[in-house]
Amino acid sequence: MIWAGPSPGRPDDQASESKSMIQRHWKAFGLSLAGVLGFTTAILVLAGAPPLEAYYHLLKGSLGSLNKTGAVLTAWIPLTLCAVGLLYTFRIGLWNIGVEGQMIMGAIFATAVLRWGVESRVPLLYLAAAFPAAALGGGLWAIGAGILKTKGEVHEIFAGLGLNFVAQGILLYLIFGPWKRPGVASMSGTEVFPTDLRLSFLPGLRFSPAGLILAVIALLLTAWMFRHSRFGLVLKAAGSNPIATLLFGERPNRYMLLAMLLAGGFAGIAGCVQVSGVYHRLIPSISSNYGYLALLVVMLSNYNVFVVPVVAFFFTCLNVGSIQLPMMLRIDSSLAGVIQGAWVLVALAAIAWHRRKVRPEKEH
Amino acid sequence: MASDPGARMAVELIDIHKEYGPLKANQGISICFAPGYIHGILGENGAGKSTLMKVLAGFTPKTRGLIRIDGSNTEYQTPAEVSRLGIGMLYQEPVDFPVLSVLENFMIGQTRGFWLNRMATQKRFESLCLHLEFSLPPETPVQKLTTGERQQLEIIRLLSLGANVLILDEPTTGISSFQKETLFQALKALAKEGKTLILVSHKLEDIERLCDRVSVLRKGRVTGEMERPFDTETLLKMMFGSVPSPLKPSQTAAGAPLLNMENVSATGDRAGLRGCSVVIREKEVVALAGLEGSGQGVFLRLAAGLKVPTSGAIRLQGEPMAGKDCIAYQNKGVTFLPTSRLEEGLITGLTISEHFALKASHGFRVRWNDAEQQAQARIEQFRIKGKPGMPVESLSGGNQQRLLLSFLPDAPSLLLLEKPTRGLDLESTLWVWEHLYHYREKKTAIVFSSSELEEILMVADRILVFFNGGVIRDIKTAQTDVHDLGRAIAGKA
Repeated sequence: MIWAGPSPGRPDDQASESKSMIQRHWKAFGLSLAGVLGFTTAILVLAGAPPLEAYYHLLKGSLGSLNKTGAVLTAWIPLTLCAVGLLYTFRIGLWNIGVEGQMIMGAIFATAVLRWGVESRVPLLYLAAAFPAAALGGGLWAIGAGILKTKGEVHEIFAGLGLNFVAQGILLYLIFGPWKRPGVASMSGTEVFPTDLRLSFLPGLRFSPAGLILAVIALLLTAWMFRHSRFGLVLKAAGSNPIATLLFGERPNRYMLLAMLLAGGFAGIAGCVQVSGVYHRLIPSISSNYGYLALLVVMLSNYNVFVVPVVAFFFTCLNVGSIQLPMMLRIDSSLAGVIQGAWVLVALAAIAWHRRKVRPEKEH
Repeated sequence: MASDPGARMAVELIDIHKEYGPLKANQGISICFAPGYIHGILGENGAGKSTLMKVLAGFTPKTRGLIRIDGSNTEYQTPAEVSRLGIGMLYQEPVDFPVLSVLENFMIGQTRGFWLNRMATQKRFESLCLHLEFSLPPETPVQKLTTGERQQLEIIRLLSLGANVLILDEPTTGISSFQKETLFQALKALAKEGKTLILVSHKLEDIERLCDRVSVLRKGRVTGEMERPFDTETLLKMMFGSVPSPLKPSQTAAGAPLLNMENVSATGDRAGLRGCSVVIREKEVVALAGLEGSGQGVFLRLAAGLKVPTSGAIRLQGEPMAGKDCIAYQNKGVTFLPTSRLEEGLITGLTISEHFALKASHGFRVRWNDAEQQAQARIEQFRIKGKPGMPVESLSGGNQQRLLLSFLPDAPSLLLLEKPTRGLDLESTLWVWEHLYHYREKKTAIVFSSSELEEILMVADRILVFFNGGVIRDIKTAQTDVHDLGRAIAGKA
């Protein structure tokens, strides 16, 4: 294990302790936020853009209208789902880098089910079945990395990364091969599903409430699991000390597989939301890098289930808001990418600094 | 290199003290190492041998005392300075670069400037090998060598760096008897040339075979010196002291066989375990004696199902356990308490209550109230200084040990305890054993390792003595004493 993340928040502790824990989380969060803003400002200045104006456009571009807010929520749902899944694997000390691939497999499984549902008389049934199928697809893909780790001693980072490439390959093969639109095979993806196989939209807001509900349920379920279930306790124990956990009568390897299964399942559901609720078809960039972004969200949240949705929201606002920067300020469109890359580094640096500060306290 | 090869160097240690906080590792040690002699440093684990050598090699500063080289007082701070003075140390674990070749390892630290003079270095390498009758393949990566070969490489490297004083820390551990022979021949040849050789060991046999004189350490002091010919009895007395042994005759008759090990071998620790055949019976209290890392830890982990034997068979209550994991052993009532509390026994980051929750409930939902109540009850029963909500790493060592003991189930069939009273004072030790003795009424067999001979003689019915990965004695406590045990532990079975 390269790094069992710092122990996640323990809401079950004595009140005072959990209070200081929350305070510490917020301190880390605030610190990272300040770092991100400072760095972004510096980059904007370097690129010749007036920072205040840029921030105004970022804000306007993300929360400036109902439409924009809808776009933010649409991105928030899959990001949060992936991040929630990652909480399980981080808790047991696994670096599940394969979220992208798991999300893609979820999207593929969902598309397969929805394709059967085309011209069916009960499309709702197929739409409903797409979600468990997607969870299964993502879960199986993650279990693949888990088995490589527990049986083959392949580090989960390499297993996950390798499986990401394989999933991407399968995705492109399907889009350009068996599932191509009649007559055309293009990057624009498979044929669009009929309306009754799509998640319903709120008019005006352009996002599907079903996805939002799923994400919220995932958050609440996970919070409950970590606080009250034996499963959550064993994950934490095995993440901290596998040998002792074995001596306490639980097999850490099994829990690793279970954590991978859950992480992959949630990522798969995120893939299904993308297919049935956002793009209404399978496209090459179906995962939209949410898998990688989710890793950052979880780390920046310091592995706390209550902080994850907030950080995810913050990330999606910046992501969605930066889309119109090139248009409004005539900044090269690659700047958004540069800014996002900078967040990553600043966030990691802030966390490393925070960890170094926290650790000495722990040793008393 | 400052020292000129072939020079004769005398090293004198005068009243060396080394204190780690309250722990006094060396308390006024004076020894004189003369050129041309092989000088043995003998003592059991924790006697202060390694500390003394670390002081001499510059790895740790002395608290006070004097080091005199060739009659003049010398002060140094770093191992590099010591190496320039001509003192080289061979560590138990070879310090080398596994992926580099033998010759490349030899060259490191030898050449000055940017260019490597490969040819000249190779010549020097080969002549040194020839001289000491080592056969080392120059182009092989060091990771493919055996421990003995890596040791040989390190010796010629130190010599070519200009070492006139060689310190060897337990050099015979983990090498074959053939390599040991080669090593001893080489060391004798070096002594004849006037090098000063210091051999640190707890093995009487090695010391007696190789050394010209020996200094014995016990509890941080020199308890005696002796020149060849050695008297084993006297050396043993210097090593272990002569403590009156409180003998306690075995009270209960042992029951049916519980654990059978048949010719079991396994890797691990320093020596591993080789060809171990042992039967443990119900109600027995069996002590595993021996120096640190002689195979006791491997034995306990095999019996707990944490380790898989490379050969041989293990049976529990008559049932073969091949291919079963630790949980299967637990289901048969085997409980193991490791000595490294925070590494293996307890889970850092979890509170005392969380540990009890982990131990207790098997439903899906954790019953936090029950866990907390149980934690509180055990804290009182086992006199642990702590609160249920405290993370285990915030407890002191002794309290962590009590907490581990409080996890023991009500009626285990076999209790495996690795140094269960380590770090506890005498009163706590007695209290622990009083508590453990209650298990005998439940037919539980207790197997424990300990480095305290007095404790072993006080509580065990039977003693297995481990030496270099094998069980060399299996005796009833009533038939032995401190002296006899000390001999066995030092390899004189």
